[in-house]
Amino acid sequence: MPTFVYMTRCDGCGQCVDICPSDIMHIDKTLRRAYNIEPNMCWECYSCVKACPHHAIDVRGYADFAPLGHSVRVHRDEEKGTIAWRIKFRNGKKDMDLLAPITTVPWGTGFPNLAAEAAPSSEMTNSHLLFNEPKYIRMDEGGLHTLESNGLEMKEGVYY
Amino acid sequence: MGYKTIVEDNIDILVAGAGLGGTGAAFEARYWGKNKKIVIAEKANIDRSGAVAQGLYAINCYMGTRFGENNPEDHVRYARIDLMGMVREDLAFDMARHVDSAVHQFEEWGLPIMRNEKTGAYLREGRWQIMIHGESYKPIVAEAAKKSADKVFNRICVTHLLMDEAKENRVAGAVGFNVRTGNYHVFKSKTVICGAGGASNIFKPRSVGEGAGRVWYAPWSSGSAYGLMIEAGAKMTQMENRIVLARFKDGYGPVGAYFLHLKTYTQNAYGEEYESKWFPALQEMVGKEYLDPEASHATHRPIPTCLRNHAIINEVNAGRGPIHMVTMEAFQDPHLEEIGWHNFLGMTVGQAVLWAATDVDPKYENPELTTSEPYVMGSHATGCGAWCSGPEDVSPAEYFWGYNRMTTVEGLFGAGDAVGGTPHAFSSGSFTEGRLAAKAACKYIDDGKAEGIRVTDAQIQRRKEEIYKPMETYTVGRNEIVAGTVNPNYINPRQGLDRLQKLMDEYCGGFGVNYMTNDKLLSIGLKKMAILGEDLEKVAASDIHELLRAWELKHRFLTSESVFHHTLFRKETRWPGYYYRGDAMKVDDANWHVLTVSRRDPKTGEYTMEKAPLYHLVGDIEDKDLAKLKAEGHH
Repeated sequence: MPTFVYMTRCDGCGQCVDICPSDIMHIDKTLRRAYNIEPNMCWECYSCVKACPHHAIDVRGYADFAPLGHSVRVHRDEEKGTIAWRIKFRNGKKDMDLLAPITTVPWGTGFPNLAAEAAPSSEMTNSHLLFNEPKYIRMDEGGLHTLESNGLEMKEGVYY
Repeated sequence: MGYKTIVEDNIDILVAGAGLGGTGAAFEARYWGKNKKIVIAEKANIDRSGAVAQGLYAINCYMGTRFGENNPEDHVRYARIDLMGMVREDLAFDMARHVDSAVHQFEEWGLPIMRNEKTGAYLREGRWQIMIHGESYKPIVAEAAKKSADKVFNRICVTHLLMDEAKENRVAGAVGFNVRTGNYHVFKSKTVICGAGGASNIFKPRSVGEGAGRVWYAPWSSGSAYGLMIEAGAKMTQMENRIVLARFKDGYGPVGAYFLHLKTYTQNAYGEEYESKWFPALQEMVGKEYLDPEASHATHRPIPTCLRNHAIINEVNAGRGPIHMVTMEAFQDPHLEEIGWHNFLGMTVGQAVLWAATDVDPKYENPELTTSEPYVMGSHATGCGAWCSGPEDVSPAEYFWGYNRMTTVEGLFGAGDAVGGTPHAFSSGSFTEGRLAAKAACKYIDDGKAEGIRVTDAQIQRRKEEIYKPMETYTVGRNEIVAGTVNPNYINPRQGLDRLQKLMDEYCGGFGVNYMTNDKLLSIGLKKMAILGEDLEKVAASDIHELLRAWELKHRFLTSESVFHHTLFRKETRWPGYYYRGDAMKVDDANWHVLTVSRRDPKTGEYTMEKAPLYHLVGDIEDKDLAKLKAEGHH
């Protein structure tokens, strides 16, 4: 749905410009506030809506098929690790609040530093294993599947 | 033009495009290349780039060998039947045997994966799909990539690959421009892992006007994976294998969780089951090997996605549309209703917006479904992409040339949509392919295969002039007219895109012609494409943003041209429901049980087409349910 920006809420910080995957949130040079320069390349992905610190960006359904008078608002909170949605129908009969987790660990933690990991052995390098394998494939002592281990071969032609 | 040239030199691994495939590559490369220089170039911001920018509510490729659920070969057989046999089974097996280790790491990084409270295993949506709260899937994965990469260049539109001038057919890096500053960026690199995306918006979309961005695959998926590699002379495979999706009408909200988890089902406008009545005639077209409703009913064997589309298309054409998704039963359960809505909010918010706008409450109304315009990509139920080497312990000789996931251009690797013949990789499989490519690229460098690369300033300068030419064209031509967009000297990127989409729709089997084409239409289409290609030399960009659109269009054009050649080459209707060759309406296993492989000569632009043999995994451990049926004499 094409996004739009409320004049009184936007302070021109540019977070939406920085995050938009489609490069369509730009700063208006006269008003120094953000706006959607190309609504027909907007995927309603809500990346800018979520990134806006002032909730200045909203969405109005595509004019070619979506009637006016609806609302889908969102608040994404990395500190709390949640995303909260509110959906309001055009006819006012449905008004839903929905909450979902976005992470199970404190935001930004939990990542390995591969530069600091012990260097792989040459045996590992020459194998078909990737980092953390084979352990992480099955989380037990099992090895990597191969044609041999699984009793398979590859044959040309139709065999099914 | 006053744009600076910024050179990043001595790169070992350049990741061009960092969606799920590219982030997987950057992440893994650090482990195998402790001291290697790893650089990411991405046209958006890797925190929200690629097809997963919006999030996902499911991981669609997870074996669950840990929970005793599936083996890799089971997934290969699933992908094979879904794609009517046309799969690179070596690559598919290789991806499937590693994919779980990627998913288990995602969970450690904080991605919320739902659990089945009774069994403790991941909550299954279907046999291959697990359910996640994946709104932040991409930012989480991007964080891992950032930790591994030496540098991340966001907002760089990579337009071309650099080629080695010391040794023919060897990659030497890439060039592009910064969509903010306009500066010209040169990346000199020993290897390139192409993680760029597949193509939306090359066939005319059903939406019009403002809604043209409402496409199934992201509008920023500009076919750059193919545009970059085709232009460099890499061989491509299965480019005819475009995909058409049956989705909720207009919003294109996903149906996977609805079918598999919520147990919703479809019916025609009059409340009737419609699929089965189309199957006998369809079976005549494709053969019992590919459509056996009885076997499918009794086992996990799926009815191929394209054939289910075929039933929808025909039922609608017979005047009994629209097709409805029956949600009114499932949505009476408040828990399932909540999942239904979360599913959209997690990956296709627009569908929730649309239902709110149109007061469609699926609890009281069964929403409409439709079949989409076609898309060209390589990680969903379709396998377009580059012809890549497989792993040596699996691949037969025709599929192996030294390095896993390396294209036919030396030092150029692929991941995700870039790799051909590997459908059903989805997000986790694409990430896994990136990891495999990264390990192989490190080995390629360590084996000394990237020594003595030479890139002249002439090549760098030539590309620079080419890149900014649309701005030059605009500057020169615009003063001839008073104002507006109608100019006899040029077309703008939007005008070019409209022309491409109309051409693809009418001649290459878009929704507007009910996905029908034939040899004559394709030949006419190719002639018109050649002229469009000439006109794209005169595409004009009034600013840097339009320059981005101009290069996206050129990548889409190269992708489309390849789709035309492949579609013309494969003289059969292999995937009814994706597209039809009116002059050859049947599956023809005698002549076309092969993969199609093309190469565009970078110097002349001429295409050569060839057939490559199909190898299938065979062995003692057959799919248990299928084996049982076979024993009972069904095949």
